[in-house]
Amino acid sequence: MEDERDHALPGSEPEAKDNSRRNFLKQSTLLTAIALTPGTAVKAAEMHVDEKIAAVFEKMPIKMEVNGVAHSLSVEPRATLLDILREQLDLTGTKKGCDHGQCGACTVHVDGHRVNSCLTLGVMASGKKITTIEGLAKGDELHPMQEAFLKHDGFQCGYCTPGQIMSAVACIREGHANSEMEIREYMSGNICRCGAYPNIVNAIQEVKEGGQAV
Amino acid sequence: MKQFQYTRALTQQSAIEAIAKPGTKIIAGGTNLIDLMKRGVTAPDKLVDINHLPLKNITATKTGLHIGALALNSVVSENSLVLQKQPLLSMALKAGASPQLRNMATVGGNMMQRTRCSYFYDTTMPCNKRAPGTGCGAMEGINRMHAIFGTSDQCIAVNPSDMSVGLAALDAVAIIAGKKGERRIPFTEFHRLPGDHPELDNHLAAGEMIVGVEIPDNNFAKNSYYLKVRDRQSYAFALVSVAAALEISNGTIKNARLAMGGVAHKPWRLFDAEKALIGKPATEDSFKQAAQIAMQGAKGYQYNSFKLKLAPATITEALKHAAGLA
Repeated sequence: MEDERDHALPGSEPEAKDNSRRNFLKQSTLLTAIALTPGTAVKAAEMHVDEKIAAVFEKMPIKMEVNGVAHSLSVEPRATLLDILREQLDLTGTKKGCDHGQCGACTVHVDGHRVNSCLTLGVMASGKKITTIEGLAKGDELHPMQEAFLKHDGFQCGYCTPGQIMSAVACIREGHANSEMEIREYMSGNICRCGAYPNIVNAIQEVKEGGQAV
Repeated sequence: MKQFQYTRALTQQSAIEAIAKPGTKIIAGGTNLIDLMKRGVTAPDKLVDINHLPLKNITATKTGLHIGALALNSVVSENSLVLQKQPLLSMALKAGASPQLRNMATVGGNMMQRTRCSYFYDTTMPCNKRAPGTGCGAMEGINRMHAIFGTSDQCIAVNPSDMSVGLAALDAVAIIAGKKGERRIPFTEFHRLPGDHPELDNHLAAGEMIVGVEIPDNNFAKNSYYLKVRDRQSYAFALVSVAAALEISNGTIKNARLAMGGVAHKPWRLFDAEKALIGKPATEDSFKQAAQIAMQGAKGYQYNSFKLKLAPATITEALKHAAGLA
C-alpha cells in the first residue's frame, strides 16, 4: 500500500478504495494527538486535515474514456472535469482561464460536443467520452486545425489556444464555419487577450475550405 | 466550493421527493449553478442530478409545440420544428451565452438562472436577493445593467435570460410538477417582480420542478425577430433586447407580440403596445407609437437612464426587422 502511494503521479490523488480505512485510522489518530496542543491544531486546520479525512468518505467512483483511454477514477462530487483532467490525469493541455465559463480556455468535447469543462462536474461526465487537445493529433501527425493555427499564427501567448482549437474543430463539425461572420459568432465563447482573432478566423476558413476531415 | 452530496434521480417522482428537503437543489446543465457555487453565492448540501430523466423531447402536439425541460439550448435552437413553427425562440436562444454553454444549458435551467447583477455575485457586497435585509448595492451603485421597469426599493436586478423573453412573447406555458401532480402557468407569470421578496425569482414552490414548456401554434413565424443590444456583438448580456412577432395581412397588423429583456426582474411583456399595434399599418410610424406606449412607467437610475432612449429605439428596430422593413 505504501508502495502504491509512492508511485502515485505528481499531482494525482491516491486511490481511496482499499487504503481508505487505514488512512482514516492514521489521520484520526493524528487528530486526537494534536487536539491537545492548540498550536498544532491550528496547523492541522491550515493543512485541511479534517477536510482530507472527510474527502476519503465523500469521493465517488466514476468511469470515463479520455482520448480513447478508459479511466476508473475516484473523485469528489465538487471536482470539475477541468480539474480532474489536469490534476488527476495530468492532461494539462486543457487550460484554466477564468474558471467561470467566461473565457473558453477549458473547452473540451464531451461525447463529441464542445463544453466548458470548468462548469462540468466530473461525476456528471461519468460514462462519457472526452476529447481534449491532447487527443487531436495522431501520433506525431498534427490535426489539420493544429497545422492551420501554426501556419496562420493563430496565437501569441498560446494560453487560449487549446480551447480555441477544440472550439474551432467543433465549429466546422457543427456546420457553423460558412462565412467569416458565422465563424466569429460561433467562436465567440473563446476569448483571446492577445487579439489573434483575424488569424484564428483565417485558420478555420482554410481548414473548412480545404475540405479535410476534422 | 463547499462539499456537497451528489445523487442521481432516476425517476421524476424520486427527484420531487429529494428536492422537498431543505438545502437540496436540482442540477441540470449546471452552467449557472456551478458558477454560483464556486463564488459562494449559493452552497447547497445536496445536488440532485436530473439529467437521466426522459425530459429532452421536442414534439408537435395538436395545439402547439412541447419542449422538455432538459432539451439543450443548442438542440432547441436548431430543431427543425422550432425553426419552422417558432423561429423567434431559436433567434432568442442563439443570442444567448456561447456555443459551449448552449451545449450544456437546458430549457428548465435557463428559466431558473439567476441575475448577473454584480452586487448579487459579490459576496462582500450588500444584496437583498442573496442575503435578504442587507440592502441593495446597485440602487446607488454601478447600475448600468439594471432594471427600468417593475423595480422595488429592495432590488433593481434584471433577469438575464434571452430564451425567456422569446417564450414570454410567444404565450408559452410552463409545465411544473410537484407532489400533487402537474400544474401549468402562463410563462409571463412564472417569473416575479422583486417587491419585498427579491430573494424569490419565480413562483416555483418548494418541492416543485419544471418539466417542460409548451408554445401554442400561431401565425407569427413569417414576421418575427429577436434584437439584442449589448456592449459587444456576441457573448454578452443584454442592455436591452426585444422579441417582436407580427401577423401582417395586406400591410395591416392583425396580431402582435412584444417582450423586452434586460429591463426588468422578469421578461417584460408589452401588452399595451401590442394592443396599440393591432389594426395599424405595418409602418415605422406605427412602431414608434407602440414603442412610446411601451415606455410608460419606465424609471431610470444614475447609470442606466440611457435605456429610456435605447429601449424604444430597440422596439422600433425589432418591429421593422419583423415586418421586413429593415
